[in-house]
Amino acid sequence: MSTKEKQDSLTFQDFKPIEYPKNEKEVSNCIKRFYKTNTPIEILGTGSKIKIGKLLQCGKVLNLSGLNGVIDYVPEELFIKVKACTPIKKIEEELKKNNQQLAFEPIDFGYLFCGKSDFGSAAGQVACNISGPRRFKVGSIRDHVLGFRGVNGRGEVIKSGGNVVKNVTGYDLSKLICGSYGTLVAITEITFKVLPLPKESKTLIIHNQKIDKGAFLLSQSISSSNDISGAVFFPAQTNIPGCDTDIQKIFQLNDLKHEGSITAIRVEGSKNSINERIKNLFNELKLTNLNVSILDIHQSEIFWNKVKNLEFFYNSKNNVFRIVIPPSECAKLVYEFLNKSKFYLDWGGALIWVEVSELSEQMFESIRKKVLRKGGYVTMIKHSKYLPYVEDVFTINKDLFNISQSIKKSFDPKRILNPGKMYTGI
Amino acid sequence: MPKIDRKLISKKDSIVADLKKIIKAENVLDHEDQTRPFETDGLSAYKQKPLIVVFPENTKEVSEILSYCNKARIKVVPRGAGTGLSGGALPLADSVLLCLGKFNKIIDIDYKNRCVVSQPGVTNLSITKAVQDKGFYYAPDPSSQIACSIGGNVAENSGGVHSLKYGTTTNNLLGAEVVFMDGQISRLGGKTFDSEGYDILGLITGSEGLLCVITEVTVKILKNPQSVKAALIGFSTIDDAGRCVSDIIASGIIPAGMEMMDKSLIHATDNFVKAGYPRDAEAMIIVEIDGTKNEVDEIIESIGNIAKKNKSSSIKFSKNEKQRLKFWAGRKAAFPACGDMAPDYYCMDGTIPRSKLAEVLKEIKRLSKKYDLPVANAFHAGDGNLHPLIMYDSNNKLALEKTEKFGAEILKYCVKVGGVLTGEHGVGIEKRELMCEMFNNTDIQQQIKIKKALDSSSLLNPGKVYPILRKCAEEGRVHVHKGKTRFPDIPRF
Repeated sequence: MSTKEKQDSLTFQDFKPIEYPKNEKEVSNCIKRFYKTNTPIEILGTGSKIKIGKLLQCGKVLNLSGLNGVIDYVPEELFIKVKACTPIKKIEEELKKNNQQLAFEPIDFGYLFCGKSDFGSAAGQVACNISGPRRFKVGSIRDHVLGFRGVNGRGEVIKSGGNVVKNVTGYDLSKLICGSYGTLVAITEITFKVLPLPKESKTLIIHNQKIDKGAFLLSQSISSSNDISGAVFFPAQTNIPGCDTDIQKIFQLNDLKHEGSITAIRVEGSKNSINERIKNLFNELKLTNLNVSILDIHQSEIFWNKVKNLEFFYNSKNNVFRIVIPPSECAKLVYEFLNKSKFYLDWGGALIWVEVSELSEQMFESIRKKVLRKGGYVTMIKHSKYLPYVEDVFTINKDLFNISQSIKKSFDPKRILNPGKMYTGI
Repeated sequence: MPKIDRKLISKKDSIVADLKKIIKAENVLDHEDQTRPFETDGLSAYKQKPLIVVFPENTKEVSEILSYCNKARIKVVPRGAGTGLSGGALPLADSVLLCLGKFNKIIDIDYKNRCVVSQPGVTNLSITKAVQDKGFYYAPDPSSQIACSIGGNVAENSGGVHSLKYGTTTNNLLGAEVVFMDGQISRLGGKTFDSEGYDILGLITGSEGLLCVITEVTVKILKNPQSVKAALIGFSTIDDAGRCVSDIIASGIIPAGMEMMDKSLIHATDNFVKAGYPRDAEAMIIVEIDGTKNEVDEIIESIGNIAKKNKSSSIKFSKNEKQRLKFWAGRKAAFPACGDMAPDYYCMDGTIPRSKLAEVLKEIKRLSKKYDLPVANAFHAGDGNLHPLIMYDSNNKLALEKTEKFGAEILKYCVKVGGVLTGEHGVGIEKRELMCEMFNNTDIQQQIKIKKALDSSSLLNPGKVYPILRKCAEEGRVHVHKGKTRFPDIPRF
């Protein structure tokens, strides 16, 4: 038996549980080997979002963190091509030099999972496809991936897309890869669409509104022609068992009054345009007699960074999940069963982030059923130590499960890439 | 194309009888005179009458037709409005052509969730018309929007003039109801953003009718911008115009639309609609900005400055809505204007990096001389999407062949400079053989495996997008002798 074979076999002392390929060729060789031996592997980037999805128990871990670096960045062509595990922080710094950004606002899950920043890698963001507050305006991560290269479950290097925005050549596999949690390919290269950084930003805060009025104001502002880019509602909650609901502790800003709930609307662009649009919003939303404050560019940036990075659930030891629903249903849903939970609305009411201290699998399933009836879905993001296991982290129906299984098989016939990460049997 | 199943054709009468049991008899057309109108789509150089044409009226009927055809191994070609420019809806002689023309109703206008639920046969423009009284619109606007159907837009992932800022169909689609070849009806997405699990909605968008038949779509609608203005800028060299386009983007401006035309098209369109274009210019761009009033004025001014820096020969800003529409009138009449200049024209559709615009234009000019065929160029310059219009006369039998070779050379050059074969028209049958320019064998194999995962017998729109020859080699139908095939010059990937 060769050393390599011994390193792959659990029964030998030489067994090496983690592989660290340095380039695409090595990724391909590793997967080809595992394909031959039918060895399930866990695909890992920097591990910042490892807790999202079902826990894996694989014989081998393929750590892709060695695939790191910007391959090509042409600011005037509005794209950046990076190796899979290039840190998001590094990409954002690179883009900022040219006043550009990843407009989908990558979320820093570090605050939620370990109480400090841990942005993770480009491939991690793509694999999870969970986008920040600007989602309703600019689209999600999947709308910003122009192309990719990766290795499928047979160890073959495949590619799709390109460096240009308009491209309909062949199936759009980039979409399929986004949100597939490493179950279809081990991503090796990603091309992101980038956009200019807005010159300035201001945030209009309306205080002390009930959730239905707050949600109404958010909906009205998105439906207006004022091109807003952020719409959140934080309720004024007290006495939620086991949860810290003190908004004041998180959002300590000079111009932010803490008088009840917060309905926040972000406006970005040039200075004149922002002022013009805020004036319009005042009239259109009839805000004259309401308690309103405005955050300037610096405070606005801090505010939205905290929102985006889930600092509201800073280092939470509880269960945290997200509900995505048609925005018109959000207030009703909260009244129905979220009143006793810590929550806030994002994407103008189309997304509800929820934290609860006591949750059983049955309770979670009953929430899922109610959300499904309203045309939405629920994803468990973090569970507490009292709820160590949830069978269905993600929502799916039987029809789509069968189709997804066929698609999985076409990429990974032996089901060796992150098996069971999303659904049992995929 | 796939080999004709003559045995199946001989059973035509019994197939017709079976289909008449599934749908109303008057919705099954089988006489040659009835099927002739469906023999081609927007790529009229290719014609083929289908075996039978069916017009189902609801999703259940679509499901039953597909299920029946799947069991009886009958090929099915789906068709929307038939305006596609790559031959995606070209029938096969032994196929059932499934037309969605009777799916022509808007089902729900939901202003609260800012979306419209529509049947696939509704035209693109009708969606905007249905919501414009409340000041909303549907963003993707392909030039054929008056006639093309929203289901076809999803199948082709159609773009349009405004896709630089507002995205193509895939970025504006929230949900769909689809029927797979085995008759299974599935709902993908809905009125929510994104959906969990694999993004099957994203996969079927732009899949050119190869994976499923779309029976309902839910699209996002947007509020009209407060103010819209356009600038009409002429340049005495193509290089200056190309640089100006790049500089506008590099300065951080994302225009709502940015179009470019070369001299021959400026003349053709100006003759056709008298749009007041700068006739002495070698190239011209139209830049449209939308937003609030102050914002638009500010950006238009910066665009004027960028144009001057790039040695523009003339600049005009639209003073009112009438003038703005006049600026666009010529660009929108680009295709009919070419039709006026030559008996036939062939529209190409590659996408290139914006900075290569001038280089590619020069190459097109060189090729035009080489093939001795005139060409006029219209570009969606903002997103690098080119539409060279090659003019020819189809009465000359060799002309089409020559034109296709010319077109193929343009597309190969687009790929060479870092672009792609098709930006919005699709691969269809037109660019099928060029797929090897962009993808290697493994890439294509992976895509074919997905097709087989959803349509195991490859009955839905076969022969499109992926070349058959390669498949023959893969499945052992091509004789390989000592590693050498016959006719090695035929591309087999």
